[in-house]
Amino acid sequence: MDMLVSLVPLLPLLGFLIIGLNSRRLSHGVTVAVACGSVLAAFVIAVVLFCQLSSLPADARFISVTVFNWISAGSFSASLGFLVDPLSALMLLIITGVGFLIHLYSVGYMHDDEGFNRFFSYLNLFVFFMLLLVMGSNYLVMFVGWEGVGLCSYLLIGFWFKNRDYTNAANKAFIMNRIGDLGLLLGVILIFVHFGSIQYNEVLAKATTIDKGTLTLITMLLFVGAMGKSAQIPLYTWLPDAMAGPTPVSALIHAATMVTAGIYMIARNNVLYTLSEPTQHVIMIVGLATALFAATIALVQNDIKKVLAYSTVSQLGLMFLALGLGAYTSGIFHMATHAFFKALLFLGAGSVIHALQGEQDIRNMGGLRKHLPITSVTFFIAVLAISGIFPFAGFFSKDEILAAAYAQDKVVWAIALFASLLTSFYMFRLFFLTFSGKVRASEHTMHHIHESPKSMTLPLVVLAVLSVAGGFMGVPEALHGSHWLNGFLAPVFAPSASLAHHAEHLSHSTEYMLMGVVTVLTLVMIAIAYVQYVSKNQVPAAEGVSTSPFHRLLYNKYYVDELYDAIIVKPLFWLSVQFDAIIERLGIDNLVNTFGSSVVWGSRAARRLQTGSIGFYIFVMVISIMVLLATAFVL
Amino acid sequence: MVPIEYYLWLSAVLFTIGVLGVLYRRNAIIIFMCIELMLNAVNLVMVAFSNYLNDSSGQVFVFFIMAVAAAEVAVGLAILVVMYRNTKTTDIDILNQLKW
Repeated sequence: MDMLVSLVPLLPLLGFLIIGLNSRRLSHGVTVAVACGSVLAAFVIAVVLFCQLSSLPADARFISVTVFNWISAGSFSASLGFLVDPLSALMLLIITGVGFLIHLYSVGYMHDDEGFNRFFSYLNLFVFFMLLLVMGSNYLVMFVGWEGVGLCSYLLIGFWFKNRDYTNAANKAFIMNRIGDLGLLLGVILIFVHFGSIQYNEVLAKATTIDKGTLTLITMLLFVGAMGKSAQIPLYTWLPDAMAGPTPVSALIHAATMVTAGIYMIARNNVLYTLSEPTQHVIMIVGLATALFAATIALVQNDIKKVLAYSTVSQLGLMFLALGLGAYTSGIFHMATHAFFKALLFLGAGSVIHALQGEQDIRNMGGLRKHLPITSVTFFIAVLAISGIFPFAGFFSKDEILAAAYAQDKVVWAIALFASLLTSFYMFRLFFLTFSGKVRASEHTMHHIHESPKSMTLPLVVLAVLSVAGGFMGVPEALHGSHWLNGFLAPVFAPSASLAHHAEHLSHSTEYMLMGVVTVLTLVMIAIAYVQYVSKNQVPAAEGVSTSPFHRLLYNKYYVDELYDAIIVKPLFWLSVQFDAIIERLGIDNLVNTFGSSVVWGSRAARRLQTGSIGFYIFVMVISIMVLLATAFVL
Repeated sequence: MVPIEYYLWLSAVLFTIGVLGVLYRRNAIIIFMCIELMLNAVNLVMVAFSNYLNDSSGQVFVFFIMAVAAAEVAVGLAILVVMYRNTKTTDIDILNQLKW
């Protein structure tokens, strides 16, 4: 049993080592077998662990394994330990399951790329670190995984490193994440200082004994980490740029798994967050603002992957909103369903890009439904799911978050509803512009168009099934469901549930009303999108055509990048130039050069001693010996 | 029985002759011989004290010194031969090329 738990992260690590160390030698077939095989095996083990966990009684639903004692210094001790409880088991299934499908997809997507082996070694390394992140039984192991996934994200965004823009995007992602990681690290250090341990179970058990101010500081610092990793305001700008990486990477890292690490981390520390109300409010506001902000930007973007990226930011905002409201199960539920349909959307987009030989601008697409039947059908399912149409996965999870918001604050509910309506509008805009209407791609491109190979369409179909069925793990009681997920995750969230002040429970009729309102409004948004982009055949304006100021503001993403550039990057750069001129050149360089030249001057005088005359040497030697002996006698 | 002081004076004289020879002479062979003279002055002290103190370890050291001296002669004479071949002289003042 313990062996099995350790095997889950070990297998992808082995896969990485085998492929990474032999990347010049292995044939593509071997690489595919090792890379996909290791993740598939990890998935099978995860399923076994999951089944075992479900069969246990609720309060015994965890498996804790200590592999070895890692650091032991004074009162500080940390072990490399794994914890499999309902929360991490769910994450395991998503990471290895979706991860495997995306590995499979990459076989087709990357087949003629010269970095094929390198790509798969990075993917395996990513899966390893992600598993470490969610399986660690203490904050340190989580932190190692946290940093590791950041590294892999950097490597994969800059995968095509010959393109300057792509490497810049990779740097941006890495630096933005560093800012967040600093917060996380400080939070973990504070936890150790105040709790005297970094083991989850010990920390969470002691949470009620710590004073509120300290807890608020700790939770805020941890949330800064989550802001960076999960792309929330103000650290979200790296995620849209991260689309520079290959599309499977966007699907796996920047949609389904890595960016949800922040959600996982907060859900893992739910007790701390429940005890700290100010942080809860901050999370709620940040999540809500991000959801709305990113959704409005997504309305006018024309790059198929950029739209999906902003949609990811927006959906992550919704999840944080749920966490901020204390509805941890809903946040995790939406994370799971989002992993399915957003991975599907990205893979579908990848399939389109693949078919059009690298074209990403939706203004040059259109009418692809006939040419890419499987892609368009699965994409349509994903769009329905993200829009929250019954009975697709997004309906249940999004509805739960909205219901939680309604129960606490009607204004929050209204804003969240607006953001989710925008979501359905821009998703259908994307779908109609890509798959319906007239063909706008060039003659040449259409000549080569083809549906993607089996290895790419199979993951699409599986994810489409999950996007349809995924919601049924959390059917609310109002719809005569039992909300299986709620029961399964109950042990993890039980401590915070007993601490939380109970919000008024919504009656079933209110829930029906909410569902009805949401569905009707969503359908209206879809209809508007249909009229605009199918009936009227509108196409977004080309570059340089003048548009309304508001449209320009959105199109340029509220000029946030320019703003950051002006208030942070430029001053920093200026400061660095000053430091370079003053401290580096005048200070350090001068100091080092002075030492160097003094040695040169000194030796220029001292070398005169080296006369070359043997008699002189012997004379000096004898005199020196006599002096030495004399001093020895005198002293 | 010869008093120990006599041996010490003799070896001191021999050693001083060796040192002065090394310092004043220019011929490499003579310098070499003077070095041997110093070594043997030391040997003499060793043996004298070995007898005086009734301790044989001094004599053991003498054998070591002789062995080292023999090895040194072998190397040193070889260097001298090479030096002569190259410069047709054994005057050490010729060898003053190795300087700043």
